Amino acid sequence: MKNQTALEVHNLTASYQRKPVLWEIDFKVPSGHLIGILGPNGSGKTTLLRNIMNLMEADSGYVKIFGKDLDEVRSRLSYVPQRESVDWNFPASVREVVEMGRYRPGNLLRRLKSSDKQKVKASLEKVGMLAYADRQISELSGGQQQRVFIARSLAQEADIYLMDEPFVGVDAATEEAILSILSGLRDEGKTVLIVHHDLQSAYQYFDWMILLNTRLIAAGPKEAVFNSTHLREAYGGKLNLLSKLGEIIAREQFPLREPDFKEKEGSGDE
Amino acid sequence: MNDVWAFFSFSDPTVRIVSLGTVFLAMSASVVGTFAFLRKRALVGDAIAHAILPGIAIAFMLSGTKNPIVLMMGALISGWLATWAMEYITEKTKLSNDTAVALVLSVFFGIGIMLLTHIQHSGTGNQSGLDQYLFGKAAGMTEQDLWTYSVVALLLLTVVISLYKELKVYSFNPDFAAVSGLPVKAIRRILNLVTVLAIAIGIQSVGVVLMAALLITPAAAARAWTSSLKIMLFLAALIGGISGLSGSLISYLSPAMPTGPWIVMTLSIITLLSLFFAPRGGALSRLLKQRRHSQKILNENLLKVFYKLSVERKLEKSGLNVAELLAERAINKSDFAAAIKRLKRKNWLLAEGKKLKLSSIGLVEARRVVRLHRLWEMYLSQRLNLKEDHIHPNAESMEHIISPELEALLLKELDFPTQDPHNSPIPYSN
Repeated sequence: MKNQTALEVHNLTASYQRKPVLWEIDFKVPSGHLIGILGPNGSGKTTLLRNIMNLMEADSGYVKIFGKDLDEVRSRLSYVPQRESVDWNFPASVREVVEMGRYRPGNLLRRLKSSDKQKVKASLEKVGMLAYADRQISELSGGQQQRVFIARSLAQEADIYLMDEPFVGVDAATEEAILSILSGLRDEGKTVLIVHHDLQSAYQYFDWMILLNTRLIAAGPKEAVFNSTHLREAYGGKLNLLSKLGEIIAREQFPLREPDFKEKEGSGDE
Repeated sequence: MNDVWAFFSFSDPTVRIVSLGTVFLAMSASVVGTFAFLRKRALVGDAIAHAILPGIAIAFMLSGTKNPIVLMMGALISGWLATWAMEYITEKTKLSNDTAVALVLSVFFGIGIMLLTHIQHSGTGNQSGLDQYLFGKAAGMTEQDLWTYSVVALLLLTVVISLYKELKVYSFNPDFAAVSGLPVKAIRRILNLVTVLAIAIGIQSVGVVLMAALLITPAAAARAWTSSLKIMLFLAALIGGISGLSGSLISYLSPAMPTGPWIVMTLSIITLLSLFFAPRGGALSRLLKQRRHSQKILNENLLKVFYKLSVERKLEKSGLNVAELLAERAINKSDFAAAIKRLKRKNWLLAEGKKLKLSSIGLVEARRVVRLHRLWEMYLSQRLNLKEDHIHPNAESMEHIISPELEALLLKELDFPTQDPHNSPIPYSN
């Protein structure tokens, strides 16, 4: 299981409101690692994540998960969105939110089975939130909210986990708890990709890194990626030429790719 | 009073049709509107309601009848078109979502009014009925209308019940639902469709102008009472139904009164009452909470005074009188009397003739307050390096807030100090 290719991003170029955010991103990620997606603000980290999950359409390139298109392997993939991306005033209990992890195309229109409910409880126990199962989500602290999201993701029993800034705005105890859960997943051979903006903690958290700034700076084991040359390239001087070009493209409504370009072998992004 | 009886006996077939029809369509709108409310799409419903008008006008012009099914087809098509237009504009242009909503609302409504005016001036025999869609006219409901509405209401209910779980996750976190492989596009289309349907039948009684109220206010009122989506849907339907019934009752009692506006009036009253009386976050519960807090503060401040005078300055072993207490701390007379009464009821103070004395449990409580005050002063001066003359006012409010857990943390962090920054001893319970 370990070191088989979990994720392949091939020549991915993507734009947000016509402004190119990712240029020709190309890398492969082996399974069984804790992988940090790093880069400064606006470097396209979240856009990369959204493209991997097909939540937005790329201008070119494709993504393969375990060598297949996303739709064939959806059940092996789990997503933890940014905590602030949802309304925590939504009328639901902790249990109900974690149960959403068991909603699948297979049980459409049907109620959850008792085996699903068991998995929900087990996930809550893993993140230390079982005691809060009936609590309203509006009453949770930031750290507890994040634990609920992680529990929902665990309930999906996936092989590859994609998390958007799970360490933002959580207390130290939650940070440690999340980290130990994630290491546990890695030790089981799962692949965990995490969008992370804090360089200070990155080296300690991850064993693999993807360093971005609109283009791919480096991807590989952290020892190979986390060095001053790469970091200066990512965080130091702006890529003036590339960003100027991007602005022109957005302003003048140029197509980013000529119509017949689309490199969509197998089309992972339709 | 007899009229009220006559209404609720439902012996008059017109009453039966109108009130049942109104209740059904108010309930449908409330249930569907709950999802619009939760997805923060309140104004989208308003826009769709307005956008339905040209559909009705065109359906009438083409068919020449006022058959509810024909008109509803027209309403559905233009409502659907409006939904699509709002999504398209938001997605494909740089305009924000609220601009898209406003744009669609005004353009479609404008066309609708134009067509309606044209119909009215063209002199078709039965044209006069169409303007009822503008402000609603429940009294004109026929038995055929009632059948149509009940079928639609049943359909909506079936959709919401069977898709409950999917609608829930889609409303809470659509991206997550999409990544989980749920058919979010289909869910969105179905939700759009039932919303348009509910609005299309709802405007019959409240009209396009007031339709948004029927969609959103029941959900807003229900949300004040519960944090469970299931109960919220049920309550919203109940509130919508009650408003529909009372709207038709009022217009039955005095026929000059229009049904639609009275439905909305009832709804508004229920919503205002809900927001005021709701157990959590309602205005009343906030007021009560504030009162409880200010009572607690006063209680604890008085205990402190007792502690200072009787324990630290060793005045009057036998007790203190009111004048001595008031001299130490200025408290308005009536508040003071009420606080003394509360402390006596808790057995924290004992009366001896005209004098008052701390009981043993009162002493424990008084020590606690003084301890928290002095610990917090310690914390401020040690950790925040605040000057001595700045720490007292801050500690004065914090002493009432610090919980036992926080106190334990504070003690650990300060390593059980014995004196505060002003060199007063910190009283521990033993």
